[in-house]
Amino acid sequence: MQSLATNFFFTLLVLLTVVPAILVVLTLNIVRAACWLLLSLTGAAGLFFYLGADFVGATQLLIYVGGTLVLVIFGVMLTATGPFVNLASRSSDWALGVVAGAALFGVLTYGLVRGDVERRPITVVDRVPQVTTNPIGLAFLGLTPDPAPTTRRAPPRAPMGGPVDPPHRASSYLLPFEIVSVHLVVVLIGAAYLARAKRRTQEVVG
Amino acid sequence: MILESLNAYLLTAAAMFVCGILCMITKRNAIGVLMGVELVLTAANINLLAFSRYGRLGLDGHVFALFVIVLAAGEAAIALAIALNFYNNFSTIDVDRAEQLKG
Repeated sequence: MQSLATNFFFTLLVLLTVVPAILVVLTLNIVRAACWLLLSLTGAAGLFFYLGADFVGATQLLIYVGGTLVLVIFGVMLTATGPFVNLASRSSDWALGVVAGAALFGVLTYGLVRGDVERRPITVVDRVPQVTTNPIGLAFLGLTPDPAPTTRRAPPRAPMGGPVDPPHRASSYLLPFEIVSVHLVVVLIGAAYLARAKRRTQEVVG
Repeated sequence: MILESLNAYLLTAAAMFVCGILCMITKRNAIGVLMGVELVLTAANINLLAFSRYGRLGLDGHVFALFVIVLAAGEAAIALAIALNFYNNFSTIDVDRAEQLKG
């Protein structure tokens, strides 16, 4: 059913996501780690597109790859250490980290293989719209125009044949959207306040 | 060749999550720790969208992933501001040197 090309590009995207993520951990140069992180996040955006989430994928590309990573690279540039400062971890830290990571990955994989995630009748839902921008925008405004067919019941009939329920379910993400907007404003003001230029330490040093 | 399935997505996300945790454990550069957090949050987003596609989460997973992306952007801004402040005060970015609050 699934074509060969679909699985080929899916394999390519999985490798593009996982291999740079491993290299982020392994490399010691922080600038190279940022470059590998760029590749890994781009691969994740490709996986989002594969999952039918075009708006989230585009947001991932714009905000994460375009914005946050540039911020991180600016942070790398502004906090440059000397060329001979070695920030490599000790081998005991590495051993502990690898043991912890392997244990965590083992638990997660065991949960996936042993668990009943796949045994439950999860069907590939073909009702996922190809373009999700419009439903997401409506959901942010408090409207959900497309309730899931699995949860759609017969419209409750008013006793006297009166008006049935409205087509829009107005119980959506207006309040979380407002909260996250205010949160973002507070965060940006706080970041600007924390990172403002101070001259005191320069005078002490000089 | 990896077949596209729910388990493939979940395994990819698990590998990415473990990489992020390892990055947070082993990096001594504060910016490197921040990169580990980004990896973990992206892995969580892959899980959300995979369950949105294969489960009954529907559009809720998409909206939740958007919230995660926005909060991750804010978290990166705050963490970088704190790292810049730390660098201004201590002239290093090594998180092992941040031991002023150690009892």
